[in-house]
Amino acid sequence: MDALYPRAAISMVEILERLGHRVLCPDALVCCGQPAFNSGYWDQARAVAQPVLESLQDAEAIVIGSGSCGAMLKIFYPQLFDKTPQKEMACGVAARTWEFSSFLVDKLGVTDLGAAFPHRVTFHDGCHGLRELGLKQPPRTLLRSVQGLELLEMKEAETCCGFGGAFSAKFPMISSAMGDVKCHSALETGAEYMVSNDSSCLMHLQGLLSRQGKSLKTMHLAEVLNCVKKN
Amino acid sequence: MTEKGQILNRIRLALKTNAPRPGHPAPAQVKNPGGSHHPPSPGEPRNWLPKVGESVEEHRTLFARNAAELKADFHWLDSLEDARKLLNDMASREVWQKVATHAGECTSPLCSTLPCKVLTLSPGYDRNELESCNAGISECDFLVAQTGTVALTNQSAGGRALSVLPPHHIVLARKHQLLADLPAAFAGLRQKYGDNFPTMISLITGPSRTGDIERILVLGAHGPKKLTILAF
Amino acid sequence: MSFASEFRNRARVVASNLRHRQIIRTALGNYETARDRRKATYQDWQGARQLAAETKWEAINHLDHYLLDFSTRLEARGTKVHWASNASQAREIILAIVQEKQARSVIKSKAMTAEEIHLNEALEKAGLKVVESDLGELIVQLRRETPYHIVFPSMHLTREEISALFEKELGSAPTLDPEELTMIARRVLRGKYLTADIGITGGNFAVAETGMVSITENEGNARLTAALPKTMITLLGIEKIIPRLDDLALFLPMLATMGAGQALTGYNTLYGGPRQPGELDGPEEWHVVLLDNHRTELLADGEQRDALHCIRCGACLNVCPIFRNVGGHTYGTTYSGPIGSVITPHLRGLQDWKHLSGASSLCGACTETCPVKIDLHHHLLQNRRNAAQERPDNLEEAAFGVFGWLTRRPAAWKTVRFILQKIQPLTRQFQKKPWHPAKPWTQTRDLPVIPSESFRDWWKNRPKTSKHD
Repeated sequence: MDALYPRAAISMVEILERLGHRVLCPDALVCCGQPAFNSGYWDQARAVAQPVLESLQDAEAIVIGSGSCGAMLKIFYPQLFDKTPQKEMACGVAARTWEFSSFLVDKLGVTDLGAAFPHRVTFHDGCHGLRELGLKQPPRTLLRSVQGLELLEMKEAETCCGFGGAFSAKFPMISSAMGDVKCHSALETGAEYMVSNDSSCLMHLQGLLSRQGKSLKTMHLAEVLNCVKKN
Repeated sequence: MTEKGQILNRIRLALKTNAPRPGHPAPAQVKNPGGSHHPPSPGEPRNWLPKVGESVEEHRTLFARNAAELKADFHWLDSLEDARKLLNDMASREVWQKVATHAGECTSPLCSTLPCKVLTLSPGYDRNELESCNAGISECDFLVAQTGTVALTNQSAGGRALSVLPPHHIVLARKHQLLADLPAAFAGLRQKYGDNFPTMISLITGPSRTGDIERILVLGAHGPKKLTILAF
Repeated sequence: MSFASEFRNRARVVASNLRHRQIIRTALGNYETARDRRKATYQDWQGARQLAAETKWEAINHLDHYLLDFSTRLEARGTKVHWASNASQAREIILAIVQEKQARSVIKSKAMTAEEIHLNEALEKAGLKVVESDLGELIVQLRRETPYHIVFPSMHLTREEISALFEKELGSAPTLDPEELTMIARRVLRGKYLTADIGITGGNFAVAETGMVSITENEGNARLTAALPKTMITLLGIEKIIPRLDDLALFLPMLATMGAGQALTGYNTLYGGPRQPGELDGPEEWHVVLLDNHRTELLADGEQRDALHCIRCGACLNVCPIFRNVGGHTYGTTYSGPIGSVITPHLRGLQDWKHLSGASSLCGACTETCPVKIDLHHHLLQNRRNAAQERPDNLEEAAFGVFGWLTRRPAAWKTVRFILQKIQPLTRQFQKKPWHPAKPWTQTRDLPVIPSESFRDWWKNRPKTSKHD
């Protein structure tokens, strides 16, 4: 999000600050270590994750704009650091970690951010957010209160888009076939935007859509929610 | 050591490592018991399975609905005589030449008046002759409302082949044999047979079917194309 | 060629085959509707899953005890129980029975375990005529193929293909009516049941308490296989155990619901012995072969032991987007889909089959659907970890090492980003070239544009006043 999707991260900061929260972003937060973890290289994953863990130990709440990275901290850090001295720290961080939409809806009880986005939108569930974290409703709750936004559910909404991290590069043909199916479902809805709380899925889907010359655009949930009404 | 001993040894060695219980994060500290170990089921399936209702009327309605969906014919009749009439009509309508059955308290009186040849199976029967029959008429143990199922055994229903080899299987049941659900059927089988179960218990749910060609339903793949259930 | 490259090559071909994608989508679309409708009739589907998982846990975690119960009770009624540590022992046991009976023909009902030990080849090599009696199995047997799916063996074929196959192999007249095609198979197989010397079946559940094998089927072919031939042989994996007869009241409907969206499968039949005195018919002899074949190795893995809870309903295959796009034959395994990717490394070697665990987006649809709650997609992660620990890929390991080093050095990280951002516009025009360094990505997808200002840049440069501190 830092390098490729700064707008999403900036939107998150702006939204949280508008809600009166103090946002910190320690320099050590670069990557959660999921690529190495998912590829089976747990030592290398710990090396990436440890500074992250240490820099987060004093945070009151850790808010992440990606269901996938959120699941890494919340679900997999305790496993990754199992039987290490950092186990307790990892469990503590996991307990205070929130995916962005869930933080707003479930923790803060905020559902209407006063945003306006007069477009037809379909929402893509990232699998980690949907199944590891069980977050089907929070993003939809937030989108429903965006003024002018028409939310269109696609068929097979819960089917994976085929990104899957290293999978997308190791098995590009399978990954692309899955992405095609997903894009087809999204296009069928007639939406102008495909919105998700996972930018990695969007990178993959936007890549396919652009290559195929489709006009459907992808956008991170935070960016939509940060389209504040001008009045 | 025998293969049996070796496999059991490997199992015992493997089970020295504990595995997490479903829904419990930490590995359970459960000793591998020797000797008798028949704990009760960790739960009652009836609490989760589809609802069936309490009254006979509800069970009958549910069975009828399931049977219709399964494309089985189900008749709830007033008396044995009504069953006789229906069976005789069926024999003429379907032009039965020969049907197979077994000796039983419902089959014997009803089959004796059929307007066609009747093969009553006895040990050493000719399977080719059975195969050439238009229908197989058998009794059963229970009808299960929950799933529209006929529960029978080789003891109650004339062996293993009668209910599956002819193209039409007709089941004769008394109304009191209709039970609510599968747990009741297993309990009923236990009560009826004690420790001496017949060597075949079959739960038949609808006529033989397949979807192996483009997932399109076809009846009568290998077993009966038609299943008729008479309860009286 | 390695199993991994074979998989990769087949996957590439099938994944881009739009006709295949459509056939599978249509077939599974009907399944999904039926499954969901059926699940909705349960008072509490999640409660049922939990109970099923706990029951299987109990069975598998006391497997020695329950297997002994099961075999003792079977033997008490004259069944001959055989124990096979591996595939070749199982084949030898079955061949010995067949030869002792001087058998010439075998009728088989569907058994994945028989596929696992390549039983048909062994029997045919010994000069026997083997006929598969399940319609789908017969179709793939006639095509000299393996089953495409553990529950729907011929779901990849259209009626046109099946008609042409029957015309060629069975000499029947061409027809596009599924019913007529089914009746052709029925007619051909009738004679086989009546004349076969041996009937071979698999089994879905082995009931320890009563010593019975439960066989689930829709067609009646297993019923006939277990009724007519003089000798019956049943091949079972040792993990098929369930503790009590009454457990079937839960497992049979759940298997039907997840397997094919039915309330209950057409025939669920329990066998407790060969024909007893006074019984009208049935086999004179019944042999039950219990197969280990590396199952005890999976059992020893506490983390993944729950994979032995599997009741082979096929539900994880049906929801798996990988399976749906690459198809069943691409795996090159007896058990395909998520459960196959989890257990094949245990059954046939981790290093040879680890690619199946890599070929997953870890979406978790399999775990969500599994009726006995096997933690399937996390087991794929564990297989990846175990494979990398046992034999790391040097290049990958080094790459993650460098990546880790970079993430701990913000300045270096920033420099790399800066360089990539500058050169990216230049490489865009070469995106589709086969020599592009990011080819696996760029062959089908555009690369994302790297914006000139990163989040960090924005964070550092924004006016201090906008911050709350």
